[in-house]
Amino acid sequence: MISRFFKIQLAILLVAVSAVNVQANLFIEINRGNDNPSPVAIVPFAGAQGLPEDIQAIITADLERSGFFRPIPKTDMLSMPTDKSEVVFRDWRVLGANFLVIGQMTPEADQYIVRYELYDVLAQKNILTAQVKGGRDGLRDIAHAVSDAVYEKVTGIRGIFSTKMLYVQDLRKPSAGRYRLMYADVDGARAQVLLASSEPILSPTWSADGKRIAYVSFETSRPAIYIMDMATGRKTQMTHFRGLNGAPSFSPDGTQLAMVLSKDGMPDIYVMTIANKRLRRITNDHYIDTEPNWNADGSGVIFTSNRGGSPQIYQINLSNGRPERLTFEGDYNARPRVSPDGKSLVMVHRQSGVYHIATQDIATGNMRILTETWLDESPSIAPNGAMLLYATQHNKKGVLGAVSMDAGVKFRLPAKEGDVREPAWAPYL
Amino acid sequence: MKKLYSAVAFAAAFGLMTGCSSNKPVETVEEVVEPVVVETVEDTVEEAVVIDTTFYFEFDSADLTMAARAALMLHAEQLAASPRAVRLEGHGDERGSREYNMALGERRANAVRDFLVIQGVNAGSLETVSYGEERPAEMGSGEMVWSKNRRVELK
Repeated sequence: MISRFFKIQLAILLVAVSAVNVQANLFIEINRGNDNPSPVAIVPFAGAQGLPEDIQAIITADLERSGFFRPIPKTDMLSMPTDKSEVVFRDWRVLGANFLVIGQMTPEADQYIVRYELYDVLAQKNILTAQVKGGRDGLRDIAHAVSDAVYEKVTGIRGIFSTKMLYVQDLRKPSAGRYRLMYADVDGARAQVLLASSEPILSPTWSADGKRIAYVSFETSRPAIYIMDMATGRKTQMTHFRGLNGAPSFSPDGTQLAMVLSKDGMPDIYVMTIANKRLRRITNDHYIDTEPNWNADGSGVIFTSNRGGSPQIYQINLSNGRPERLTFEGDYNARPRVSPDGKSLVMVHRQSGVYHIATQDIATGNMRILTETWLDESPSIAPNGAMLLYATQHNKKGVLGAVSMDAGVKFRLPAKEGDVREPAWAPYL
Repeated sequence: MKKLYSAVAFAAAFGLMTGCSSNKPVETVEEVVEPVVVETVEDTVEEAVVIDTTFYFEFDSADLTMAARAALMLHAEQLAASPRAVRLEGHGDERGSREYNMALGERRANAVRDFLVIQGVNAGSLETVSYGEERPAEMGSGEMVWSKNRRVELK
């Protein structure tokens, strides 16, 4: 439990990175759920009335979005227990609930202590009792921590409700702040501007420890790669070469940055040692090589190349320089990302002229298309490997979409303003 | 002789441009360029000519169209007469991945640069930069919009 308290404190610290909080939050629309979600009742917590955030509503939205749960509406509840002594299992069996969540919030100094319990209704027993605390500004963190614990207890998979993301917003009209690099909760709430520019910003990405990000900005009128320290907000320009400076990707150990540069002619993959900016050229050919992403153990880089006549995904072994083609299905496979377990890829895949997100098992080569929308791009996998975010279009605007890796759950996070794109799901902090 | 060549090239470019106007995107109004002064033998009459500064490309292609070649020949001549720093901005349409489109935009800008260099323009005066799909000339989707966004702008 101690480590979870620490994580919440850390999350609150990170939120202080930017003082500018804007009304640019994303809102979730669920398009498709799991075939057989488990009914769960989340009873409003005692002492949670009148707070600036609705804890019960946040937990309900989290669990519903996961696809594993179907929350029971508050208005259907026959009783509202907030303590073990008030739980009548029959009230929940009647509603078909498999799980029940109750809790109490107690103010202590400038914090709230939340004690909550999870019940297995059919077995009529408590399966989790836990406590979480946070400040008045951290009410959403408290709610997400409860969601994470409930999700993990029931599914055995670590939850992602407390995680963060980056994305790029384009207000679509020339202005000093047209392009924005945004930092937000993964449900779209608490969006903050990390960087605003009249010139394009693209390719945001996280270091594995979540302490730094890298991105490309045209603020000098040419593309350059920057690293930003998330605790201090300090930016460091890493490249300013002629031609392309793009697609940064941190090595798993955080010491190196793979990137694309075209300073020597054609776009090639380079690896930069971050400490001394020393470059090592990884590819050297007359084709487009771009969009590098490290494999799980850092022994190789996976990238897009049109060396075979159309864009396909290749992997290059960094110790012997040997490239291997990984994709063979279709005439357009690009922008690969490797899953946290290193076993699968996600990518942009074109089928009949339509761009979808697809996943491929690296060992077997089996490919599966995950999305039904079009103009899909920029897939970014959750740190628990269960879901991905991607960019797509809806009502002629750029929006973020999410899909589970088994394609069973899909939802959209539409933006209120402009286009949003290039989600980068943060690692666990 | 030079004047004659210029006139022929201009006529060819103009003819090609009007000939293709039905299936080529219309120039956008805001793309105003410096008026070009065509010298005459008598040195008495000055004639302002506006040369295309945006060159369009087919999908996944960096091949210059005939119209683009004709217009670029006029630019090359003008740059030879009065050298200046030129920026060539390459762009792509919104389809596919963003960094791959950045590479395609660069390929297009390089194709224009290489053509100008062959025509005698000093390579050192030409700067290329790709914006990929990040700065569309037109918002929206569909081939009409996409064809206007796959372009190189000479500035």
